[in-house]
Amino acid sequence: MNLTVIDGVIILAYLIFTVSVGALLKRYTRTSTDFFLAGRAIPAWVCGLAFISANLGAQEVVGMAASGAKYGIATSHFYWIGAIPAMVFVGLFMMPFYYGSRARSVPEYLRLRFDEKTRAVNAISFAIMTVFSSGISMYAMARLLQSLRVLDSAFGYFNVSAAYVFDVSVIASAVIVLVYVLLGGLISAIYNEVVQFFLIVAGFVPLVFLGLKNVGGWQGLVERLPGAYTHAWQGLGSSGSNPLGVEWFGLVMGLGFVLSFGYWCTDFLVVQRAMAADSMESARRTPLIASIPKMFFPFLVILPGLIAIALPTQLVRQPASSAAAAVTASSQSGRGIIPAKIDERTGQPELDADGHPVLDYDLAVPNMLLHYFPPGLLGLGLVALLASFMSGMAGNVTAFNTVWTYDIYQSYIRRNASDAHYLWMGRMATVFGIAFSIVTAYFAVHFNNIMDVLQLVFAFVNAPLFATFLLGMFWKRATGHGAFAGLVLGTTAAAIHQGSTLPAGSDSGLKGGWLGAVLHQYPSQMAQNFWTAIWAWSACFLVTIFVSLLTRPRNEKELVGLVYSLTERVKDRHLVWYKRPATLGVAVLLMAAVLNWVFW
Amino acid sequence: MHLDVRLPIGLLFCFIGIVLAAYGLLSDREIYRVSLGINVNLGWGIILLLFGALMFFFGWKKHPDPSGPAPTPDTRAH
Repeated sequence: MNLTVIDGVIILAYLIFTVSVGALLKRYTRTSTDFFLAGRAIPAWVCGLAFISANLGAQEVVGMAASGAKYGIATSHFYWIGAIPAMVFVGLFMMPFYYGSRARSVPEYLRLRFDEKTRAVNAISFAIMTVFSSGISMYAMARLLQSLRVLDSAFGYFNVSAAYVFDVSVIASAVIVLVYVLLGGLISAIYNEVVQFFLIVAGFVPLVFLGLKNVGGWQGLVERLPGAYTHAWQGLGSSGSNPLGVEWFGLVMGLGFVLSFGYWCTDFLVVQRAMAADSMESARRTPLIASIPKMFFPFLVILPGLIAIALPTQLVRQPASSAAAAVTASSQSGRGIIPAKIDERTGQPELDADGHPVLDYDLAVPNMLLHYFPPGLLGLGLVALLASFMSGMAGNVTAFNTVWTYDIYQSYIRRNASDAHYLWMGRMATVFGIAFSIVTAYFAVHFNNIMDVLQLVFAFVNAPLFATFLLGMFWKRATGHGAFAGLVLGTTAAAIHQGSTLPAGSDSGLKGGWLGAVLHQYPSQMAQNFWTAIWAWSACFLVTIFVSLLTRPRNEKELVGLVYSLTERVKDRHLVWYKRPATLGVAVLLMAAVLNWVFW
Repeated sequence: MHLDVRLPIGLLFCFIGIVLAAYGLLSDREIYRVSLGINVNLGWGIILLLFGALMFFFGWKKHPDPSGPAPTPDTRAH
């Protein structure tokens, strides 16, 4: 499948548009506050859409469909349990401290509330993580464009070998994100994220419409798939009776509490969008507004995966593989329109321990686009994919330049420079952040294992974070020494747990058991991840309390505005009842409960 | 005062909508075999055009102008 002129026109229009928005917004970016915090002047609905769009990176759009094809509608737990409650919590209870304390970043809040060393741990690990995430996003996009072979004929037209698709994709996406972030800073990133949100919806709605129509609607889909695929909760009584291999407690505590609250409530990538809001009310409403589209996203990103697996197995129109023989082998041993993974050395499908072919689930969405979209709409579908990759990348880059400039450069390298100097530093940080991301993208090509190790380390560092914030905001006795010890030992607990357990069917190594003795075997890797998080959180929570009680508490006067019991409640009595954040929060939770019930 | 985000979104979606709908009118019906025989370019193009026009309209109309109660289109866009 090659792109036609009409697809090219749509993709080009999107790329030109993206850069022009940055150019138009340049004149609003005069101070560092404009550049890093969008001048704190953005309305709630814009922040809200940027809030989910920044999170709507490659992992979400491609990965959630892949997960839908692998596990079925139970993937929606990552939304209805793994996002909505945390988004409501951060809006109602935590935003008053983030926005109200006038901290400019999440690590800066940690310094105000605890101390310098707690901030340093958070700022440094976060800065490294954002650069790697944006690099991995870049890598994934370039790899996808290369394997779909949609650009081959365009390259042929300019007499360039198709072997350069990867390089050109990495460089082009880096340059586009660089230009619009450099010009307009956070405002430009936020505006583009809102546009990207609508483009993703515009590209995926017709896909779900055509797919569902083809399989005979939801009812037709239910009839074509095994029962466990179309129920989110049935079978969660024990880990053996559902495709996720997790029991309800591990799911609710591990995913629904520790991982979800740890991400949505403490990750500066998303919180930064709410901190750019024009008022406290807008900042509190930002995650709540975001949660409404978020809860319906499973229908856009998970359903295509279910449809892809439910379609009759056939030779796909443009399977993502090079050799013709491998293509046939791949699609014949695939399922639905998802091909088997091909071993690059032998040209044959990869087999798992039981001799079944391993499916390449990440191709669910791309193959669905190629399967249903004619020229024209295909261009829009690819724009939706590009938009998701770029919004994820830009989100990471803007979070990186802020944390670098405020929490690392201004704190430890150059303290009392002029505002113009920090604005310049922010722009420089954008340039070298993106340069590091490119290096990461190429690193990922050659050292896949090192990337996996890094992601594992980040998972250990992030797992305990929410315990630190929870105690920091809601227990005035928590001290800096307590928080720091909790973070360090929480991370250690995560590493020890992961290193001494193993998911079923895996050998000792990256997936666990690297400490030598395997003390427990989990039915799936997901169960192991959730329990690693639970252990890390609990260790951090207990150690922080213990060490805090042993160390000297801070003067209460210094904690006003930072801790719940010492801060005046945000007054929203002047608002009509239905405009109050609490009302919106309750409505959102009710809607999520109804969705869980419908797909029980 | 910032540029209202609805204006650029409106413009982009109007453009994509027009391009898709026009292509839908002119293209060979054969290409729609993949989309179950439905001319999705025309249908979805019109919907996107309407969405773009609505976005543009609201961005243009509601944009507050600090200079006076009856703003002119030229000043409202910024």
